[in-house]
Amino acid sequence: MDLIADIMIVLLVTVGIIFTIVTVIGILRLPDVYTRAHAASKSATLGVMSLLLGVFLHFWWNEGHFSVALLLGIVFLFITSPIGGHLMTRAAYMSGVKPTELTVGDDLKEAVIEIRIESDKNTPDDE
Amino acid sequence: MAFQILLNFFIAVVWMFMSSSLTPSTFIIGYLIGLLMIIMTRRYFSGRLYIWRIWSAVKLTAIFLKELIMSNISVLLLVIKPDLSTLQPMFFALPTELEKDWEITLLSSLITLTPGTVVVHVSDDQRTLYIHAIDVDDVDEAIDSIKNTFEKAIMEVSRG
Repeated sequence: MDLIADIMIVLLVTVGIIFTIVTVIGILRLPDVYTRAHAASKSATLGVMSLLLGVFLHFWWNEGHFSVALLLGIVFLFITSPIGGHLMTRAAYMSGVKPTELTVGDDLKEAVIEIRIESDKNTPDDE
Repeated sequence: MAFQILLNFFIAVVWMFMSSSLTPSTFIIGYLIGLLMIIMTRRYFSGRLYIWRIWSAVKLTAIFLKELIMSNISVLLLVIKPDLSTLQPMFFALPTELEKDWEITLLSSLITLTPGTVVVHVSDDQRTLYIHAIDVDDVDEAIDSIKNTFEKAIMEVSRG
């Protein structure tokens, strides 16, 4: 029983570290901010989540301490990190960061232009 | 749904007082009896029986976890690919039928955590999501199927 528990904990922590490394490699290798956001928002989530889960199981099974704070941390991470990825890409796009030349299509361009025109109409000039 | 759960709790508490033993096991017995009563009188409630809704929420969570693991494996494979210049990122629009704010938030979180897609912008009328896909050739058809499963699962949860 102890052996199985230890194997699971080590497995979870290893997977967490592997995905964290994948995040770093992704941020270094991918060409622009949008593709980097993919690596950062996904791999970092699962990486840190499985690390926290491994720590949680270790303290529960080997030390007999049931830590609710770690579980809460997992849930909070799960909720907040996709929104973080979304906000970063949106802020980048709205402030005009160019995607790489590899980008095939861009449906968002017209929508953003429309938004600009709308907001220009609504804000009066202070001159 | 919230009303049914509250009623069930209330019946369980009443059961605890009736048997005058305030222990968790009495609460569970009372809760099961209350559930039975709600099942028997379910035609007087407007919505579905609440356990089906909880069940569809559990299914949604399972899909979420599965997609999270799949997306990480796909990012892993993408990142260790020797030649990244074949990558074809794309921004595309995705019309959605969901209406309530929390449904759209949930759908965008799900899409952000699925393989190869990040939500960049939600249009002001909330009918269109603008999504950045990391690699376009396998995405276009895959997205539709994923979107259908997610949208269907969310509708399943929010329906009546």
